[in-house]
Amino acid sequence: MSADRPNQLFRNMNAKVAAIPMIVTALFVFVGGTAWTIVYSFTKSGLLPRMKWVGLDQYERLWGTKRWLIAIENLAIYGLCMLVLVFVIGFILAALIDQKIRFENTIRTVILYPYAMSFVVTGLVWQWILNPEFGIQNIVRGIGWESFTFDPLYTPEIAIFGVLIAGLWQGSGLVMVLMLAGLRGIDHEVWKAARIDGIPAWKTYIFIVIPMMRPVFITTLVLVVTGIVKVFDLIVAQTGGGPGIATEVPAKYVYDMMFRNNNLGQGFAASTMMLVTVALIVIPWAILEFGGKRSND
Amino acid sequence: MESSISIRDLDLRFGSVEVLQGLNLDIGVGEFLVLLGSSGCGKSTLLNCIAGLLDVSDGQIHIGGKNVTWAEPSERGIGMVFQSYALYPQMTVEGNLSFGLKNAKMSKAEISQRVARAAEILQIEPLLKRKPAALSGGQRQRVAIGRALVRDAEVFLFDEPLSNLDAKLRADLRVEIKKLHSRLGNTMVYVTHDQVEAMTLADRIAIMKGGQIMQLASPNEIYNRPKNLYVAEFIGSPSMNFIHGELKGGDFVADGLSIPMTGYEFADSSEKEGKAIIGLRPEHIATGDNLASAVSRTKAKVSLVEPMGSDTIIYASVGSHPIHIRMDGQATVKPGDEVEIGFQPARANLFDPSTENRL
Ligand SMILES: Nc1ncnc2c1ncn2[C@@H]1O[C@H](COP(=O)(O)OP(=O)(O)OP(=O)(O)O)[C@@H](O)[C@H]1O
Ligand SMILES: [Mg+2]
Repeated sequence: MSADRPNQLFRNMNAKVAAIPMIVTALFVFVGGTAWTIVYSFTKSGLLPRMKWVGLDQYERLWGTKRWLIAIENLAIYGLCMLVLVFVIGFILAALIDQKIRFENTIRTVILYPYAMSFVVTGLVWQWILNPEFGIQNIVRGIGWESFTFDPLYTPEIAIFGVLIAGLWQGSGLVMVLMLAGLRGIDHEVWKAARIDGIPAWKTYIFIVIPMMRPVFITTLVLVVTGIVKVFDLIVAQTGGGPGIATEVPAKYVYDMMFRNNNLGQGFAASTMMLVTVALIVIPWAILEFGGKRSND
Repeated sequence: MESSISIRDLDLRFGSVEVLQGLNLDIGVGEFLVLLGSSGCGKSTLLNCIAGLLDVSDGQIHIGGKNVTWAEPSERGIGMVFQSYALYPQMTVEGNLSFGLKNAKMSKAEISQRVARAAEILQIEPLLKRKPAALSGGQRQRVAIGRALVRDAEVFLFDEPLSNLDAKLRADLRVEIKKLHSRLGNTMVYVTHDQVEAMTLADRIAIMKGGQIMQLASPNEIYNRPKNLYVAEFIGSPSMNFIHGELKGGDFVADGLSIPMTGYEFADSSEKEGKAIIGLRPEHIATGDNLASAVSRTKAKVSLVEPMGSDTIIYASVGSHPIHIRMDGQATVKPGDEVEIGFQPARANLFDPSTENRL
């Protein structure tokens, strides 16, 4: 039967030829670069890469460095809060907008606007807003509440939450539009059926609508999570990692090691750790979404 | 007739768009009422008002003797079936059937008994553990009907339940819905724009146009005695022939044509004079063996023949008037032939061209 079937390799030849440059780039730059980084993370590279093998030394040093540990802790706090809050806020905003409110387009644009801005701008804006001299604290005190204190960026214990606020402000819009698109894809008649069944709106969301939006949720999750892992510019612009090392994050650690401390080996090791984290998230997702046979939905 | 649903002076506006205006409708207990009309005439809107899915702008709705104008859909004693099935895709068939009942805090025993009964009636027992995605269109629609069934509702509302199915399945399910109605005996309101569904299912049909009911009557009455031109034109396929002419001394006269109207029942049993439109169904124009029963005869020149197996539609002209005629499927006619045709005044329809109402 398969004797006269055309060779799969030569079908759509034009498309395949056209894709070659991209495939080559992907292979050499992404895969090659990644492999190179991983290999050199086992060397004693300083200012320049040097093929001097030191085994796991760089990793041992990495996990013995306070700054890296704080960076990891910050990432965990920021990541967890960000993940939960950005979904809750984004979904609630989307659900509100989905009620066919007036000025929907305006509101959607306003909320999505922060996402169109660079993290650097967001960082600076929130640096000012949270600055005790110019920002919220100053305004509230100006109204008359003299003892009001709100300076998260100047209190090491909670500085990361100051960053979190800025991150949420920027990230909620994206989650909102994705969720809104998902909500709009739900058949109106399902809502009607649920009303006839006497199911309250919140239960309809939780038991019917959200399960139907699974693909949107997963895609959003991946976007949000990868955004969290590589958070860098927001920190640089808003706190510079400070006060002290209170808001250090892994990506900034990598950057500092590689380009300021002339310690490429450390940077490579740290970035390999980050890669592992992202891989641990993305690979199961990819298998779930694209691999295996399609589940019934 | 005791009424199950009674609608009083119902108005519904979307912003400034008047969709339903001063609509009155009484539906009897156990009646099968079909709402029929062209797209956009407000059928779904009316059904959604009955269901409580739309807030009415004015007027009242009573179901089972209770004023439910402002009651929640779930408190109206209704079940509803949608065109897109609207099943909950992440739940099994059983979950779909029982979710509403669970939510209403019904006992487990009662739920499983109701689900079992619905599954038995609809013959979906083997499907109970499947998800909707693993069902065919017809099976999905059965489950959707089941979801209405387990609610033990007095009133079933259907919004074009068969429109997404292929012709064969549609015919099968149509029969099943009819059987279901005679078995359960509850009130059903059924929206469709398929005439065949309307004619076969309905006890009464309400023909709607622009948010108003044009005629509310039995299928037979609607077919044979349409109240106005719109209804006459809407019902029947191929549609009725219309010829403009004049009523003169008991005859209908148009150029090259004169039909004595003896035997025609005028609307208020008084003969009329003046301009009129005669409406003749293609199957009520007699040919061949049927000519004997026809009162007035004339010749028609055939221009086109459409054999359809069970019958043959011929397009012809009488004088200057194009008409189409339904003939026996075995008739042998060719374009260019002259056929003798006859009219049966008792089965004709006369309309006033200015008011468009039946004379
Ligand atoms: N949410 C809405 N806002 C404004 N106008 C609406 C809305 N829903 C329906 N309409 C209008 O109301 C009229 C009746 O709509 P409806 O859905 O009842 O028609 P229908 O008879 O069910 O037609 P179909 O056979 O196509 O389903 C239409 O002209 C439609 O444009
Ligand atoms: Mg409709």
